[in-house]
Amino acid sequence: MILTLAIRNLLHDRVRLAVTLIGILFSIVLVAVQLGLYLGASRMITSNIDHADADLFVTTFGAKSFEDGGLLLTDRERHQALATPGVQSVVPLLVSFAEWRKPGGGSTRVVVIGSDFEDKGLIPWGLTAGTLEDIKSPDGIAVDKSYLGELGIQGLGDSAQAGDGRVKVKALTEGVRSFTQYPFAYTTLTRARSLFPVPRDTSTFMLLKLAPGADPEQVKMSLSSRLEKSEVLTKDEFRARSLKQWLFRTGAGIALIGGAILGSLVGTVIVAQTLYSSTKDHIHEFATLRALGSSASYIHKVILAQAGLSAVIGYALGMSIALAVIYASRSSALPMVMTPNLAVWLFALTVAMCAISAISAILKVTKIDPATVFSR
Amino acid sequence: MTTKPVFEPGATPVLECENVVKELGQGAGLVVALKDVSISLVPGELTLLMGPSGSGKTTLLSILGCIMQPTSGSLKIAGQTVAGLSAEELAKIRRDHIGFIFQSYNLFPTLNAIENVRIALDVRGITGYAATSRAEDVLRDVGLGHRLTNYPGNLSGGEQQRVAVARAIASSPSIVLADEPTAALDSENGHAVMALLSRIAKEQKRSVLAVTHDPRTLGYADRVVRIEDGKIVGEERRPEGLNAPEITDLTKRRKLHA
Repeated sequence: MILTLAIRNLLHDRVRLAVTLIGILFSIVLVAVQLGLYLGASRMITSNIDHADADLFVTTFGAKSFEDGGLLLTDRERHQALATPGVQSVVPLLVSFAEWRKPGGGSTRVVVIGSDFEDKGLIPWGLTAGTLEDIKSPDGIAVDKSYLGELGIQGLGDSAQAGDGRVKVKALTEGVRSFTQYPFAYTTLTRARSLFPVPRDTSTFMLLKLAPGADPEQVKMSLSSRLEKSEVLTKDEFRARSLKQWLFRTGAGIALIGGAILGSLVGTVIVAQTLYSSTKDHIHEFATLRALGSSASYIHKVILAQAGLSAVIGYALGMSIALAVIYASRSSALPMVMTPNLAVWLFALTVAMCAISAISAILKVTKIDPATVFSR
Repeated sequence: MTTKPVFEPGATPVLECENVVKELGQGAGLVVALKDVSISLVPGELTLLMGPSGSGKTTLLSILGCIMQPTSGSLKIAGQTVAGLSAEELAKIRRDHIGFIFQSYNLFPTLNAIENVRIALDVRGITGYAATSRAEDVLRDVGLGHRLTNYPGNLSGGEQQRVAVARAIASSPSIVLADEPTAALDSENGHAVMALLSRIAKEQKRSVLAVTHDPRTLGYADRVVRIEDGKIVGEERRPEGLNAPEITDLTKRRKLHA
């Protein structure tokens, strides 16, 4: 009967129910979009780190992100790392901004990423045209097809000037977007080095694989003592450092999280207001229940059931719209992401939001004087 | 004047109220609503509590129904002392021993007749088929077998009050308290509801107390307790062997003599 009464109370005033559901819907869509953007941005920021086949990263000291490594490591660091017990392989990786001169005039910047694919350091993923062998061909590079317009090219076979050399688009990727909005250009390590006025053994990062059974922390300590001008980071540490740089030092992440918090606050206030007024309207019925001998918790359950039902319906509607928005954003500059974990978290947030909203209504019924049943 | 409780020989009171005082408000606005009131209810008896407006009838009903605590005095329900109990403990006493009937019926407009009765069982932990079956039985017992799924808005005043009666007796409480049960009803429905309350008292051996100032109800009373200015000023018992119309006539004659 608790559920029956809760449903009937909700349906009794359909306009108020609609306002409640719109409040929850608005809140869920806002939070889902903000957190979807946050997740999308996070994935974009760490995509290269995630795809790198490495247990540890050697970076120049103080590198703030994947794009901020500089061109300071040499074969000296590589050999020192290789000589460290527990290290199985060391693969150099070059990452650097370069000026891209469009064939039709004008220029932009790209992030050149050079890696030898045979060493499995960082292999371009999401290839939709061309192969890794094509990228290895003279001047070969791979770019994401969503950036073709920005790079001033049409597609495969087009050439451009990047840094100090010419490059030719030999492969295209899909869904490999850059948070900095400067496109990634994947090529071999040798080709990448030739694009910059640096010595032939220069690299930005060393990607380390550990020998089976090696303790990452111990190897990391050994490496740190040997490589005095470098830093050694685990994958998680490098990921966290990159996220901190782009999401928090720039304020972008705070804005997204702030928007999500604001969305949940607005939803909570709307639901609280409508639940409170619904409770006020039904206060004589709750007083009658109390006079009939119901416990206070019975009445609280009716209100919580109303809040819970609102949460479930509002969540279903809100998520439907949020998923449509996320689907529509798939080819945008910053595609939103929805994961099962985020969906579950959003449901928990909706339920929590409605439960918190019920507090004012519960406080109202807690003060019910059952004697009011005689004053109607 | 204090009226000592009158018990029928051999009948054990299910409700005993002694020397109850109730003060409302405070300071200059303090009102003594009940002054040293004593009353008891025994099973199988329909008692009417009569008095003019403002005499303390509803306040006394609230105290007897464990909705309000007396300022002083004692109240025992089924042998349990009520004084000092918490709101939740009072609610439990209401659940276990008391059924309420209200002047304005106080039905849930969003629930149909069966559901209105079921909810009173639900708060007592009786759920599912047992609750539905019991609700149907009591509704049929009060003559509403053909209105089981009707909502209060589709029932007449008399039918709504009968649903309220069914709700009050569904959990088989030993005490049924009614607040002006006929006030909102026409003569025919008023008589029907009083006859129902009288039958509940007699056949089901419940103690029924109805607060009223409706003279039409007198014929159904086994006992009439009169209250004025917060004091019980008189008590009459139906003479042995006298039926409803005769007691009504007797009352009229007494009024003429007075």
